[in-house]
Amino acid sequence: MKVSGRVFKYGDNVDTDVIIPARYLTSADPEHLKEHCMEDIDKSFKDRVNAGDIMVAGRNFGCGSSREHAPVAIKASGISLVIANDFARIFYRNSINVGLPILECPEAALKINDGDEIEADFDTGIITDKTTGERFASKPFPEFIKNIMANGGLVGYTESGLRD
Amino acid sequence: MPMTMTQKILADHAGLDSVAPGDLIEAKLDYVLGNDVTTPPAIKVFEKLGVKDVFDKDRVLMIQDHFTPNKDIKSAELNKTMRCFAREHEITHYYELGRREMGIEHVILPDNGIVLPGDLVIGADSHTCTYGALGSFSTGVGSTDLACAMARGVTWFKVPEAIKVNLTGRFKKFVTGKDLILTIIGMIGVDGALYKSLEFDGDGIKALSMDGRLTVCNMAIECGAKNGIFPVDNYTLKYISRTNPERFIKSDYKVYTADEDAEYSQVLDINLDDIDLTVALPHLPSNTKKASECTDMKIDQVVIGSCTNGRLEDIGAAATILKGLKVHKDVRCIVIPGSQKVYRQALDNGWLQDLDDAGCVISTCGPCLGGHMGVLAKGERCVSTTNRNFVGRMGDPESEVILSGVPVAASSAVLGRVGTPDEL
Repeated sequence: MKVSGRVFKYGDNVDTDVIIPARYLTSADPEHLKEHCMEDIDKSFKDRVNAGDIMVAGRNFGCGSSREHAPVAIKASGISLVIANDFARIFYRNSINVGLPILECPEAALKINDGDEIEADFDTGIITDKTTGERFASKPFPEFIKNIMANGGLVGYTESGLRD
Repeated sequence: MPMTMTQKILADHAGLDSVAPGDLIEAKLDYVLGNDVTTPPAIKVFEKLGVKDVFDKDRVLMIQDHFTPNKDIKSAELNKTMRCFAREHEITHYYELGRREMGIEHVILPDNGIVLPGDLVIGADSHTCTYGALGSFSTGVGSTDLACAMARGVTWFKVPEAIKVNLTGRFKKFVTGKDLILTIIGMIGVDGALYKSLEFDGDGIKALSMDGRLTVCNMAIECGAKNGIFPVDNYTLKYISRTNPERFIKSDYKVYTADEDAEYSQVLDINLDDIDLTVALPHLPSNTKKASECTDMKIDQVVIGSCTNGRLEDIGAAATILKGLKVHKDVRCIVIPGSQKVYRQALDNGWLQDLDDAGCVISTCGPCLGGHMGVLAKGERCVSTTNRNFVGRMGDPESEVILSGVPVAASSAVLGRVGTPDEL
């Protein structure tokens, strides 16, 4: 499976409070959450993001609260993949559970620029920056994680397992 | 293979003789916790899974503490979802506001004697790591993990590497566990313990009260740690003899000790004598500085309380400092006893009277995450004993939060700026 899109680049320690501020947590509806995604550090994000676009950030992406609303908000915004140097552990787990693809790749996180067009292949882990021509290797997902992603998250994956 | 405290608890709950860092294991859970923000989405997932009952109604805990008493219609609906589920499934540890058992989740689970040494707890709240203070393993998860754990009473873990924090010495006057954990976060950064456990050891742990240890472990997540954990000592045993005498007498708990030759990816040696009253300036908990170097920073609000610093010792420290003094005319000082028990004890001790005389308002929790009960306007600055000072955490994206322990917060309330008790 491949995804491609335009890059929204952020720095280190992007926390869950800026991904989705707590004042909006009175509803867990993805349509409501996407209206406020990233608004405290990037007000125009929701107007500029297109389906398939990719977020690239530095260290410790998703630090802070355990709110699953954060990966849900990013996914509902249309983001097809988040690439970071590394992720905070609860966010990492939550992303897989809700079916938001994430890749750890320090080199890509450093070199990819805001606005670049990039492509990522989940089977090989190869990330290609089509704007600069650079290629980066990340560790591909193991099979079961790919299946979780393909089923839209842990619930869909569990349901499909129960059906088989 | 030698193991740390965390590794031993995980191995035991997975039915294994030993585990090593990086192992993926499925472990049995003693308690599964959710709050009013994270439980309603979990209930949705739980219902979608088509499971009839929770795995154990005594071991699934549901605590409404973020947006309560309900701040608006939407939060009232969230709480109603939880209340209905709790009643239908006869959840033992679900309480309505005002009951003697009720309070902030991370204050009442230890204080009501629910969590004991050796327990394995997950909670859909990042500060679930608090209970490591009792020698248990506890960590935060999201709502989907919560739902699956509610159904099955098990979850998977990756066994973490550990950082050992070796403590020596004694705190100087007014310095507390909050200053210690802020100092550690300042040293290693907000991702310094990412995916790892933070294991405390050394003679210096005797300088930390149980309330102090709970504060330290509460903020382990703020340096990225999976959990923080203290060894069980006489303080722990005395604490649980009060919180759960029945199980204490029967020795119905388990003490895990790290092997002498357990491996650590890093060892931090900290002499408590060297720690000063510390603050974390906006907008990261790692942005630490001595409080005495920030006395030119004017403030608009002070918050004393939360799951980090809302325990009896904290409210007592605030009352002792503020007794006979007045909160600065330009400052609102909000004090939040962390539970109904803490509130009542503070009332019986005359502390609420002292705080009231000083001009504080006594409230319930909510300002920490900008929920309600003390949200900041644009340009406002707050000294807070809470745990995060991210952009917009307590209100407007252009407001500021300075984290501190109770002595600095209480002193700052009087001074109208960041300050320390020796200035009063």
